[in-house]
Amino acid sequence: MSRIEVLKTYKIYIGGKFPRTESGRYYQPKANGKVLGNICLSSRKDFRNATVAARSAQVGWAAKSAYNRSQILYRIAEILEGRRTQFVEELIQQGSKKAQAEKEVNLSIDRLIYFAGWCDKYMQIFSAVNPVASSHFNFSVPEPTGVVAILAPEESGLLGLVSQIAPTIAGGNTCVVLASENKPLCSITFAEVLSTSDVPGGVINILTGNRKELTPHFGRHMDVNALIYCGNNPAEIKTIHEAAVDNLKRVIIRDGGGYVSDNYESPYLISSLQETKTTWHPVEKIGAAGSGY
Amino acid sequence: MAEKDYRLSPRVDQVGIQDRVDRITKRSVKSEAKRKGLLMTLNMIDLTTLEGADTDFKVKQMCYKAQHLHDSFPDLPTTAAVCVYPNFVKTAINEVKGSKVKVASVATAFPSGHSSSEIKLLDTKIAVDNGAHEVDMVISRGKFHSGEYNFVFDEIAAIKEACGNARLKVILETGELGTFDKVRRASDIAMDAGADFIKTSTGKISPAATLPVTLVMLEAIKDYYYETGKMIGMKPAGGISNSKLALQYLLMVKETLGGKWLSNEWFRFGASSLANDVLMQIMKQESGNYQSKDYFSKD
Amino acid sequence: MKNKIDYNSDWNLDPAPESIGHIKLKSKYDLFIGGKWVKPKAGKYFATINPATEQQIADIAEAEQEDVDAAVKAAKKAYDTVWSKLSGKERGKYIYRIARLIQEKAREFSVIESLDSGKVIRESRDIDIPLAAAHFFYYAGWADKLEYAFPNRQPKSLGVAAQITPWNFPMLMIAWKIAPALAAGNTVVLKPAETTSLTALKLAEVIQEAGLPDGVVNIVTGYGKTGAMMVDHKDVAKVAFTGSTGVGKIIMKAIAGTNKKSTMELGGKAANIIFEDAPLDQAVEGIINGIYFNQGHVCCAGSRLFVQESVYEVVLRKLKDRMESLYVGNPMDKNTDIGAINSKKQLDVINEYIKIGKTEGAEIYQTKCTLPKKGYWCKPTLFTNVAQSNRIAQEEIFGPVLAIQTFRTIDEVITKANNTPYGLSAGVWTDKGSKIFNLTSQLKAGVVWANTYNKFDPTSPFGGYKESGHGREGGLHGLEPYLKFD
Repeated sequence: MSRIEVLKTYKIYIGGKFPRTESGRYYQPKANGKVLGNICLSSRKDFRNATVAARSAQVGWAAKSAYNRSQILYRIAEILEGRRTQFVEELIQQGSKKAQAEKEVNLSIDRLIYFAGWCDKYMQIFSAVNPVASSHFNFSVPEPTGVVAILAPEESGLLGLVSQIAPTIAGGNTCVVLASENKPLCSITFAEVLSTSDVPGGVINILTGNRKELTPHFGRHMDVNALIYCGNNPAEIKTIHEAAVDNLKRVIIRDGGGYVSDNYESPYLISSLQETKTTWHPVEKIGAAGSGY
Repeated sequence: MAEKDYRLSPRVDQVGIQDRVDRITKRSVKSEAKRKGLLMTLNMIDLTTLEGADTDFKVKQMCYKAQHLHDSFPDLPTTAAVCVYPNFVKTAINEVKGSKVKVASVATAFPSGHSSSEIKLLDTKIAVDNGAHEVDMVISRGKFHSGEYNFVFDEIAAIKEACGNARLKVILETGELGTFDKVRRASDIAMDAGADFIKTSTGKISPAATLPVTLVMLEAIKDYYYETGKMIGMKPAGGISNSKLALQYLLMVKETLGGKWLSNEWFRFGASSLANDVLMQIMKQESGNYQSKDYFSKD
Repeated sequence: MKNKIDYNSDWNLDPAPESIGHIKLKSKYDLFIGGKWVKPKAGKYFATINPATEQQIADIAEAEQEDVDAAVKAAKKAYDTVWSKLSGKERGKYIYRIARLIQEKAREFSVIESLDSGKVIRESRDIDIPLAAAHFFYYAGWADKLEYAFPNRQPKSLGVAAQITPWNFPMLMIAWKIAPALAAGNTVVLKPAETTSLTALKLAEVIQEAGLPDGVVNIVTGYGKTGAMMVDHKDVAKVAFTGSTGVGKIIMKAIAGTNKKSTMELGGKAANIIFEDAPLDQAVEGIINGIYFNQGHVCCAGSRLFVQESVYEVVLRKLKDRMESLYVGNPMDKNTDIGAINSKKQLDVINEYIKIGKTEGAEIYQTKCTLPKKGYWCKPTLFTNVAQSNRIAQEEIFGPVLAIQTFRTIDEVITKANNTPYGLSAGVWTDKGSKIFNLTSQLKAGVVWANTYNKFDPTSPFGGYKESGHGREGGLHGLEPYLKFD
């Protein structure tokens, strides 16, 4: 008699824990005619809880040294590498060819490493010492925007997800991600990778569910500082822009797809989720040329 | 002994001070305000000669000028005082007799202040015994830089005692103090130890008086007034040689300490060539023509 | 309070009015479209008045839909046919010309600015106009160097930029808008605030004199309605707005779902924080500069003052004394520190807030200055006994009204300072370096002034966090909002 396989219950990931949705609801996405599983149909309350977790983790995450954040991103890549078979299988389950699936996992690992490398460098690229005319030392540095809500790309369940999350957290932000609705498996498995990778709970929160249902809530939440929308549905984009006005959250539309391309390897993806802070301080002029003493 | 830890004196930001000064130097003093300000300036001058080459004759000439700034204008005020070395006090007292002009004498091993306490006290005593109304002492900058604030304090207190009824002006020699923080600290020590006036400079060191350094001292005077209700006078000295600058000092006094300080009781200019420039400005206002230095006596 | 400084004196400054005889102003201004002065199609004009005297200065055209269409069309044509084809170097040379011409006519610009806006001549002469010229000068030099600002990125211009500027720094804000837009290779339709159109129209003359190709900069005047027409126009690729958060939100709603890029410089309610170890006299000067600069019509004004409790009494005493030494009155007098409130409307808003402050139980202090009979004026005002929840501590007043609170610990003051939907600016005063860096890194604000306040420079990026807007103006960072990248 063949062994009875143990089936996996897919959960969501909030504040470093794996609850099912508080709503008790689920949905059954299919690929190749087969049901992928009973996936959590997250509610607006799950989103709220995830945002609370992201907010409370943000200050601590941003306060970690850039070197430390870099190591944590690298650690995610290491753990992902160790579990590559599982991801390849899930991608195949979700409809990918084997070669394609392997490529997607490889690229995801490499992309994490790419952004791990940026953690302690982007600041040098985007900072400036500004030569003001008065006797002041003036400099501008990037600072994380804060809590970022991400509507992850629908078509790329792992690479698309990683390509949005990595630059977001590399820059000291925390995030709440709504995974691909029809290809959600890798997102939850990726959460399992995160929970064993030294990523503090709450830095990355991953929900599954219905995009249409949750999109307006993502747009409207007053404690979300920025929102990344992946896709190109004009109606959704308009909804998001309008909803974002309430607290003037930053909206970033990434409609490209093409996650395999180098376009998703750029420090500008980090800088798009940064605020510029400019600081002034007087420079004493005593004993210097033009001394006013 | 001082009761305070003067290392804790308020801090001063140089750029902020300069910003405030820039606001004041951009003010525009016109017509009647200008005329009044110029006359006030004349009346606040300590007409000074502190040269190795000073003689009785030179001092006499200066004393005459102090009382008669321009003989073609009999209504002009006198200067506030003449300022001389101790050995010329007697001469000066004789010359200014019957006028409102006071005689100030430098003392305490002016200008360096390097001598024994006995000599400094004696120096002061001679000046006072000879009739000086005011004594301009120098602080011991070396001791100050060594952090011996009690020494500096005690020395000022002792000189103050030796002054008797003469008013004591304490010269900080700001050009040697190095930072505004230290100017502030020295001001606090001087006022606590009994100074009636604090004064920027001897005139022998550059930089001497500047607007920024004066502002720092005026703010110290203000804090002292807040705390004690006691008014302390201010005397910038050295490098103030034109009318426009003098008016800026007066504006600074007015905007920092208010109208009460605008008399020679509380504010003085230590200067030798300022008077003539002010006179030229007054003439210009009267006649409408720009003036030449050749028409004003250089004493 | 005992030992108060008494500024009364029999030595008082005489009036020192700036001469205005040399100013060239027309009595009626049309729209500046396609390099020419064009009458508004509907033929409507409105008056611009001097808020210090309530006297009319000139008639200003009110642009309606047809006029806005014509302006955008002219800008689009100029973009397609001339400006986008010009090399960066040549663009830069035009912008340099504008900078130089503003410098040459600086005094005229300053006087007009003060007449039209009520701001004091000292500020328009020493700050607004020189900085405006410096802004053009700074960005002129970027025009042929954009690739160096964004390595590996091939920057490209956007097209037509619709720009709407406020009435608090009319000419300076125009410079902040036009200079980077042109440097980046865009063409412009600009609408100045309705109460302060004159320097914009004067700039139109400068632009003509500079020989800028027709239509590269178009200036239309009018009210918010005109601005809305610009924002909604389909051929506009970029919207830049400086003004209230309320209007900023309306604009963001209007452009939702479009590809229009936007820069929003909106409101603020900045915390200015004084620690016990601060250089107190300079801090007091910073408080004055923070809230009474430009009558408090400043989005980054230090309108919430936090004073550490141990120095509260002395800071308050110094502050009140210093306030009494401010000259309030005729903006055209070179000695005036505080001028007229920009409009009747704004004065009503300020007075309403002063009333609210009193009703909320805060204690008011106003200086004893006498105000002119005619015109719109507000005495320098402060409130003590203010609670964090009071409206005067929460909402932007945009006038010379300061709300003072005390604090005890660093934690407390950071929490309170960040406890606002705004995030434009902040001030910190302490002599201790490590404390400064703690504060400056934890304060959520786009500009942090440490031991100084309200300083501006073309090289220094300016802009807010959160509801204070997005995008930066000034510096290298100010180029990005006017460019796109592949």
